Amino acid sequence: MLDAILPVLAGISILAGSIFSLLAAIGILRLPDLFTRMHAASKAGTMGAGLMFLAVALISFNGSVILRAFVGFLFVLLTAPVSAHLLARAAYFAKQPMTSLTRFDDLKDAPPPND
Amino acid sequence: MNFAMVSLILALVWVAITGNFSAPNLLMGWLISLLAMWVVRNQMTTPILVSRMRRVIGLILLFLYELVLSAFRVARLVLTPNIRSRLKPGIVAFPVTAKSDVEITLLANLITLTPGTLSVDVSEDRSVIYVHCISVDDKQDVIRDIAEGFEAKIIEVFE
Repeated sequence: MLDAILPVLAGISILAGSIFSLLAAIGILRLPDLFTRMHAASKAGTMGAGLMFLAVALISFNGSVILRAFVGFLFVLLTAPVSAHLLARAAYFAKQPMTSLTRFDDLKDAPPPND
Repeated sequence: MNFAMVSLILALVWVAITGNFSAPNLLMGWLISLLAMWVVRNQMTTPILVSRMRRVIGLILLFLYELVLSAFRVARLVLTPNIRSRLKPGIVAFPVTAKSDVEITLLANLITLTPGTLSVDVSEDRSVIYVHCISVDDKQDVIRDIAEGFEAKIIEVFE
């Protein structure tokens, strides 16, 4: 019973994971500036990676693989926001232009960083 | 009791990293974790993660829910034919009540992974997180959502 269901569930989650990764890539193409692009990359990308780790855990059905897939997902959760944050911050202070749609910018009045 | 749980968690991490899920290896990891805890025994207080397990789990569940929600929202946004009409980006200054490095780091990371928000910078005096929002009508709504959602939960865990 379980043998029949697990591969199907794993297949669904790997498909869903690839769709989210694809959407993240489409988002990077379609969105107008770096800041809005980071939204697509950090969220849909993390979700895609998470679903693929889930698929690996389901198909292996093996304690050590499941635990390592979980740890892998934790590392993605820890690092994806940090890289999105660093890119956005570097772009902002390098005066990367924001899209003309931008409605306000509270960071403009703040003093520039020392580093 | 709490320390026993920490040593067990450390043993599981050992098993996960070495990739050998067998009883002797689990025992090995447990012994190493006991040794490591013995080395730092004077610096150890009751770990927050264990004493507030219920609140930590609440925070994790809220976070996973928000992550799924935000992935779907980004997916829908990306597939909108007229994408520019849906975008109202802006950078909002969010006043932080949380004080410690751990809290601010965690909050900034969670903000990035939740719907429509991305943390861009933390002010030098650590009183403000600057948040880029992808579609914002009212700054006060954004500030209230974060303060009443994640920030309140994080302060509950670490207070």
